[in-house]
Amino acid sequence: MSAISLRGVSKSWDSARAVNDVSFEAAAGRFVVLLGPSGCGKSTTLRLIAGLDDVSSGQVLIGGSDVTGLPPAQRGISMVFQSYALFPHLSVAENIVFGLKVRKIDAADRARRLARVADLLGLEKLLERKPSQLSGGQQQRVALGRAIIAEAPVCLMDEPLSNLDAQLRQEMRREIRALQRKLGITMVYVTHDQTEAMTMADQVILLRDGRIEQDGTPEELYNRPATAFTARFVGTPPMNVVSLPGHTKAGQLLGVRPEDIHIGAEGLAAEVESIEYLGADSIVACRAGAETLTVRVARAASYAAGTAVKLSWNPDATHAFDAATGLRCS
Amino acid sequence: MNRTAAQVHGWLLLLPTAVLLAAFTHYPAGATLWHSFFSTPKPNRPAVFSGLDNYRAMAEDPVFWQSLANNLWFALGTIPVSIALALLMAIWINGRLRGRAFLRLAFFTPTVLPMIAVANIWLFFYTPQYGLLEQLTGLFGLPNHNWLGSNETALGCLIVVTVWKEAGFFMIFYLAALQAVSPNLYEAARIEGAGPWTIFRRITFPLLMPTTLFVLVNAVINSFRLVDHIVVMTRGGPDNATSLLLYYIYDVGFKFWDSAYAAALTMVLLVILGATAVLQFGFLEKRIHYR
Ligand SMILES: Nc1ncnc2c1ncn2[C@@H]1O[C@H](COP(=O)(O)OP(=O)(O)OP(=O)(O)O)[C@@H](O)[C@H]1O
Ligand SMILES: [Mg+2]
Repeated sequence: MSAISLRGVSKSWDSARAVNDVSFEAAAGRFVVLLGPSGCGKSTTLRLIAGLDDVSSGQVLIGGSDVTGLPPAQRGISMVFQSYALFPHLSVAENIVFGLKVRKIDAADRARRLARVADLLGLEKLLERKPSQLSGGQQQRVALGRAIIAEAPVCLMDEPLSNLDAQLRQEMRREIRALQRKLGITMVYVTHDQTEAMTMADQVILLRDGRIEQDGTPEELYNRPATAFTARFVGTPPMNVVSLPGHTKAGQLLGVRPEDIHIGAEGLAAEVESIEYLGADSIVACRAGAETLTVRVARAASYAAGTAVKLSWNPDATHAFDAATGLRCS
Repeated sequence: MNRTAAQVHGWLLLLPTAVLLAAFTHYPAGATLWHSFFSTPKPNRPAVFSGLDNYRAMAEDPVFWQSLANNLWFALGTIPVSIALALLMAIWINGRLRGRAFLRLAFFTPTVLPMIAVANIWLFFYTPQYGLLEQLTGLFGLPNHNWLGSNETALGCLIVVTVWKEAGFFMIFYLAALQAVSPNLYEAARIEGAGPWTIFRRITFPLLMPTTLFVLVNAVINSFRLVDHIVVMTRGGPDNATSLLLYYIYDVGFKFWDSAYAAALTMVLLVILGATAVLQFGFLEKRIHYR
């Protein structure tokens, strides 16, 4: 039985259709990431699962029962907002136990669960503070604490790390992932950052203009992108998807990852355009005719801009996409 | 050298405001205190120092005590009701997508109308025999009643007018504060299972406390400085039933020309307002500041 299941869910506003016939299943205990560019309908999908917005059509099932018409509180979910949505007038402890108080859990039980959550998230020393007296990362933890204390089987998160700096973000990624495993909750996590998706997810659902572009494991998205859009979205830097007459059949696009291209003595003639040094490797942008291909080379690349190079790749490492529909061929 | 220049600069920037404040607020307040210890100057007899005579006279002046009592009732009748009404209207408007601008304007209109015009409109409502209120009660077969002309109802009539006028003004502040609250907070509360009443009690109301304090201060000040409605509608009558403190000061100062006694009365008003301000900002503010 899947913990969450969407069946043909759509959401329209007067002006636009934000979510268009989205269906997916998420198994219990899995970490599911909704990924996609800005405005593709990730937040809307999450809000439809939470019940904060009503679906225009379709069904939402949580834990096997239809919750389409139920209010958020009866769906067995918790949620972490991008802005954290901490109550500024309540202390950290009060923020965390807010839901328990509302649900009239008795004080002893409340205190016990608060102590456990505080211990889990390292918040013991901050319980009396107000949210305004916390750093971004600490606020994030409080929001996380408020979400997990309810012990709801499903937790929803909308870009919870986007307000943090890069280092803290990486740290929190690991923490959230570890916490999710430890508690065995089903997580639906929204992000526009594909690195975040690839590193955290058991299952990635890539959205584009309100539709599902691909639904699979990070490996599937990386190794067998179903569309040219997925290929161009996943990976740092993403796959080269180019039109190179002579290298593919007519009406097809060639896809090849930067790490699968070699600069050598023979192959496609190209000219070095720019070099981005990343430390362990460098990304070399090469122009071949009307197309630019990125190539990953080990360490610092000693090419000057304008150098003529030859690019080659193993035919097994290439992908082919239909030029008109963007769908994967074969 | 540079620091001195900067300080001079700073003081120069403060100077215009400081001068205005001193000339029109601090000096008059000081002068009023000073004059309250003297007798009222007459054409043939200059002011002489009289110590606390004016204050002693005040303690024995039944009209003063009645005005003070009236004013307390007036404050009690207007402040809670107008604040509650303002909050209600603001929450109601805030929850609506359509017609918000129109409703806001509608509730705000009483505030922008000139007070004298407002008083005249209400004067018509309350007019005996053919006023709107009389016509309405007449429909139900109730006996005639002179609303502004009888001791029991005159102050109540003024309270209604003031509430009507102030609620819309206070609503604007509440509305602004409500719109600054992130909708995510309400959504988070809803996910935690909070119903509308819990959300109001545990989130909306506490978050509005700074606004409530601000509005409360204004309401208290307004209730002690109302004078124009009284001038137009009742002139303090009947039998001083609607004489509030400031109106009584106006009467004493500019009808009886007893400027020294008026100065002493003014000091009482200042002390009352000062005390409420200290109470509100010193005591309440400590408890509600969280940002
Ligand atoms: N309340 C609303 N009324 C009308 N249109 C809306 C509303 N909320 C979202 N939309 C539209 O729906 C589409 C999807 O919005 P959504 O917030 O789900 O995007 P998103 O994928 O979360 O983007 P981002 O990464 O920028 O947060 C957008 O085109 C947006 O303009
Ligand atoms: Mg979003």
